Amino acid sequence: MIPELGHYALVLALALGLVQAVVPIVGAHTRDGALMRLANSTALMQFAFVALSFGALTVCYVTSDFSVATVFENSHSQMPLIYKITSVWGNHEGSMLLWVLILSLFGALVAAFGVNLPGTLKAYVLAIQSWIACAFYLFILLTSNPFLRLPQAPFEGRDLNPILQDVGLAVHPPLLYLGYVGFSIAFSFAVAALIEGRIDAAWARWVRPWTLAAWMCLTVGIAMGSYWAYYELGWGGFWFWDPVENASLMPWLAGTALLHSAVVMEKRNALKVWTILLAILTFSLSLIGTFLVRSGVLTSVHTFASDPTRGVFILAILVLFIGGSLTLFAWRAPLLKQGGLFAPVSREGALVLNNLFLTTACLTVFVGTLYPLALEAISGAKISVGAPFFNLTFAPLFIPLMFAMPFGPLLAWKRGDLPGVAQRLMAAFAVAVIGVAATFAAQGGSGVLAPFGIGLALFVMGGALTDLAERTGLLRVPLRTAAARAAGLPRSAWGTAVAHFGLALTLAGIVSVSTWASERIIALKPAQSVSLAGYELSFDGVVQRSGPNYRELAAKFTVRSGGVVIGTMEPSKRTFASRGMTTTEAALMTRGFSQLYLSLGDVEKDGSVAMRLYFKPLILLIWLGAVVMMLGGALSLSDRRLRVGAPKPAAKSALQPAE
Amino acid sequence: MTRKQRRLSLIGVSGLVLLAAVGLVLSAMRDSIVFFRSPTEIAQDRPAPGTRMRIGGLVKPGSLTRGDNLNIRFAVTDGKNDIAVRYQGIVPDLFREGQGVVAEGKLEADGGFVADSVLAKHDERYMPREVVDALKKSGHWQEGEVKNPGAAVR
Repeated sequence: MIPELGHYALVLALALGLVQAVVPIVGAHTRDGALMRLANSTALMQFAFVALSFGALTVCYVTSDFSVATVFENSHSQMPLIYKITSVWGNHEGSMLLWVLILSLFGALVAAFGVNLPGTLKAYVLAIQSWIACAFYLFILLTSNPFLRLPQAPFEGRDLNPILQDVGLAVHPPLLYLGYVGFSIAFSFAVAALIEGRIDAAWARWVRPWTLAAWMCLTVGIAMGSYWAYYELGWGGFWFWDPVENASLMPWLAGTALLHSAVVMEKRNALKVWTILLAILTFSLSLIGTFLVRSGVLTSVHTFASDPTRGVFILAILVLFIGGSLTLFAWRAPLLKQGGLFAPVSREGALVLNNLFLTTACLTVFVGTLYPLALEAISGAKISVGAPFFNLTFAPLFIPLMFAMPFGPLLAWKRGDLPGVAQRLMAAFAVAVIGVAATFAAQGGSGVLAPFGIGLALFVMGGALTDLAERTGLLRVPLRTAAARAAGLPRSAWGTAVAHFGLALTLAGIVSVSTWASERIIALKPAQSVSLAGYELSFDGVVQRSGPNYRELAAKFTVRSGGVVIGTMEPSKRTFASRGMTTTEAALMTRGFSQLYLSLGDVEKDGSVAMRLYFKPLILLIWLGAVVMMLGGALSLSDRRLRVGAPKPAAKSALQPAE
Repeated sequence: MTRKQRRLSLIGVSGLVLLAAVGLVLSAMRDSIVFFRSPTEIAQDRPAPGTRMRIGGLVKPGSLTRGDNLNIRFAVTDGKNDIAVRYQGIVPDLFREGQGVVAEGKLEADGGFVADSVLAKHDERYMPREVVDALKKSGHWQEGEVKNPGAAVR
């Protein structure tokens, strides 16, 4: 009964979606307020029905209703409750349902909070949002129905893939989807602006909070995925340049560019056409990401099961929305009025440079990700494009971007004073040079990349602090005045500095781990010990344990530093009987921002145990940086300007149509 | 500067950055991509020793031997041809005889393969797509052998 209820609710959501995809557009055309306002209620109802559907599926999982095919395939009655809930989206069908749940949530949020949006704009936005939703409702109902029943209910489920039995599954996919799908709002706004043929600074002000919120979620979502892969896969790597990872990085890069170009549009009414294009591209990349991950064209941990019809269906959605919106763009964009003028050296100019590098970097990731697929489709040759490719293409493009980053916020709008800004950045630059020299000396003069990377990170951090110091007049005016100014500073200024600081932290972590990580692979017998990076680990022996749905072989280690015991580590191997599958559970010990990482290999014939031991200096900075970036975004989002929304169009001139 | 000059300088800078990116991509393409080959493809058209590549197939039953210092040897087969592989390190959890595997490394002059990374599947129900294709090509693929060809992960 409950699965049927969920299925039916989804069909009703589709019906509402179809109404919402058509009626508001008719209303906007005929200036019929009632028809336009209909979208508000349908958007809220759509969300309610999708939530009902998602709730029904969750109930099936929690109660272990194995008569439902996806529950049987992906759940087990002995699993802890949290994994029963997370396995709802730990498979293809359920994850698509989560996708549309978030999509309809965003639609409902626009309906509920977009109170002061102009009527026609809101009607178009909600209609387009509903087009996207309908496409995915149809996709789920026609190719990936999570509510399908089995003719005979088995007694026990086949269990969730043990790799996914982790809290990571509770955090990573929902955040990632909030990011991916959140960009749909920017897309809908862009298409609505194109249909209306007009756009102004207020448009950017409406779009920016949505983009910012999506960007925050995506930032943390990617970072959490990276941390999860780091501790779960047992390889100690934080980023593999796997196509699926790239699929989430591309919307992030484009979304970051969009965030910055929207600032220019809001403040200076410039870069309109470009911002619209970026909004379209960002969501298009999200769709491409969904396609890559869900269609089964890639092999990865994210691929659940491949069914050719699904791939073709998503490809059709992709072509419809990307092709349609870009065609609309080509047709309507020339109608949009040109915006304000600015000199090349100015805040606008710096933000253009930011966009240029971000989109180009995104392009290299795009080529590296899709080239193997294209090549295989054309010539049948199979290639893999891995880390070396991206280190040679992506990194060189990111370095100038990071170097230019401290300059941007210090430049004035319209016409900036580059020598003046350079002068103000002297302190940050001096810190960076000292950092380069110190790093170079510390590693004994071998290699210049790492000192340079650390120097760059310090420069960006120093730049962010300089920005704040300049704005508050710190060190120039009495402390009390500076504090008062700091309190009065727009939150978005704080947000910029904090987010830039966060990126620098991530960079510092990446440089440190890639350069100074140490590793040992060794087979140990009980009572033997191994040392790495000043830590000594003695192997105390192995124990057998059993968990709710697995048996575990854990190895016990005592960790000493300078002869003093500082703790124990227990890496283990878990065997899940239901799937006959073994997973490696790495043990982590955090020392400041660094980590000791220990994972088990096989037990050898002579009773020794193979193991990988890593020391990862400052690795936590990578993910901490992402969290700091998100906090920066949150500060910016809480800016009064965005909270109150755009000013009501007091004068008629505020929304002048473009000629 | 006039509006036109500004636009031209913007286009100029964009062009330069794009050009640099294209150059980087092309040079990286030449040096850093790795081809995937099945044992049969290698037997038919032997690449020069030292070429980096990925090979894939099944771990041949009975071929796995473990030496000291985590050295292992095994053969990768697609049913028609085998390749002897040497590897030092820890193999993935689902690395077993008779199971699908993808190894990346270099071909030696003696025809053996020295792997520096070994990838197996991440889920017992799936098999690496590359391996499925290699088996299909050599005619040793049985439909329904694996329910869902799909996921292989490092």
